[in-house]
Amino acid sequence: MAQNPFGDSSISWIMNILFYVVFVVFIFYGQRIQMVVMLREVEGSLYKLKYIKEEGRKITVETIKEIGKPTTDPAARVDRFLEYFTIGPQGLDPAGIVWKLEHILDVRDTRFKDDVKLMAPSADDTQTNNLENTLEAAMALNYIYKVVRHFYLLGKKTYSLYVVMQIQMILPMVMKEAEAYASALKAFAYGQPIGDGAGALVAAKLMHGYETRKIAKDCVVATVPFEGRTAFVIKAEGPGGNVGKPGDAIKEVIDENDGKIATVIMIDAALKLEGEGLGEVAEGVGAAIGGPGVDQYKIEESLLKYHIPINAVIVKEDIGDAVSPLRKEIFDSVDNVVERVKQVVLERTKEGDKVIIAGIGNTIGVGQ
Amino acid sequence: MTMESSGNQRSRISPSALMTLFIMLVLSLAALIYGISILETYPDIGYIVLLFGFLGAAIATYALVQMRRRLSKLKIVIPPVTTTIECKKCGFKNVREFQRGDYIFKEVEPCQKCTDKMLISAIYREVKEKEKDRFPF
Repeated sequence: MAQNPFGDSSISWIMNILFYVVFVVFIFYGQRIQMVVMLREVEGSLYKLKYIKEEGRKITVETIKEIGKPTTDPAARVDRFLEYFTIGPQGLDPAGIVWKLEHILDVRDTRFKDDVKLMAPSADDTQTNNLENTLEAAMALNYIYKVVRHFYLLGKKTYSLYVVMQIQMILPMVMKEAEAYASALKAFAYGQPIGDGAGALVAAKLMHGYETRKIAKDCVVATVPFEGRTAFVIKAEGPGGNVGKPGDAIKEVIDENDGKIATVIMIDAALKLEGEGLGEVAEGVGAAIGGPGVDQYKIEESLLKYHIPINAVIVKEDIGDAVSPLRKEIFDSVDNVVERVKQVVLERTKEGDKVIIAGIGNTIGVGQ
Repeated sequence: MTMESSGNQRSRISPSALMTLFIMLVLSLAALIYGISILETYPDIGYIVLLFGFLGAAIATYALVQMRRRLSKLKIVIPPVTTTIECKKCGFKNVREFQRGDYIFKEVEPCQKCTDKMLISAIYREVKEKEKDRFPF
């Protein structure tokens, strides 16, 4: 006679049956249970994203009312703005795509500025730039929320584990970015300097006290005596939130000097890897500039024309620190960057040479 | 910046769900006590009651902890931003909370000591880092 391995008491039989029931349930519904758990996790984050997005919209509308003093309620226009999109150029024939992209970005920028002016008629140029940045942060939050919601609803509708998995796997990074934009909103609304402005801050430190002149769009340059050399220090024009067009600015300075530039040094904030220290300074070669690539392309073209060497100094930070109010560690690293720039200039150029030092990044909250 | 969870956010956890969980927790605890009390007299029934009591208490506690976690997550706290104002002539420093309109290298009120113009020399926020994990890397 077959014996029950769990003994003969009724509790053993119940346990036995329960075990088999659970086993069978997991065979047929295991994936679905896993999906429900994932969906719940995404749902929790979605609630948070919705809250952040709504809070962002509220802050934006309040800031526009406070600064811009509009005659009508700007809420409807803000809602329209949050849904704006930009269609990139067709890349099937890539020749000349950079100029097409630049044109589209210029149109976008002009459109944004015009809209902000309509929303906030009393805002000055600095405030307009800050409001534009605030709106862009609110726009980013709105977009993140909608993408996560899309995958959540699609997962629910199709009951496909793989649809939900796509968003669940990258959710921690998405949430980190959303939280960063949430803190950026307030920074932009108040005009506080942000981590991305580390490069602009270094340039501001170098050019402070010297006469500046406008060069290219939203950029300034100062001619500064630096370690026996002449340095053309370039940055976006502050203290309003903008990145300027450093590509055009560097090209103009090079052309003005007939290409007689000993070296170009670019300073920018760069994303750090986990484990690297915040505000760590590193040195290398190449055009240290982010964004869609238009400025990097222009800089590289100008340098190639005259065979000018290019050096880069970066300040390491993560995405959260890059768009949120400037952290002390990054502020303190500015002096280290200045020292590194000095070292590069002394080692790579001769006395009497001309050098370009370009501080890249959003100059919000940083004057010159 | 402090984004506190609004009333609207709190209300998305329905009171009836909360009540159900509490009732479930109380019943599960009662089942556990009852199971222990009858374990010697009726061991078979006692174990079943204990099993259900344990499962019920575990599920209710998990759900309540999850609810609490979700509520506490709806908060984004950012440390205050400070502005450092410095007199280039006498070196006098004044640190205050950031005010709208402040920017680095902005000339502000005259120095309290030498009446020379003061300059905003720094704007930053300080974050107290959590104790670092002990990774050997």
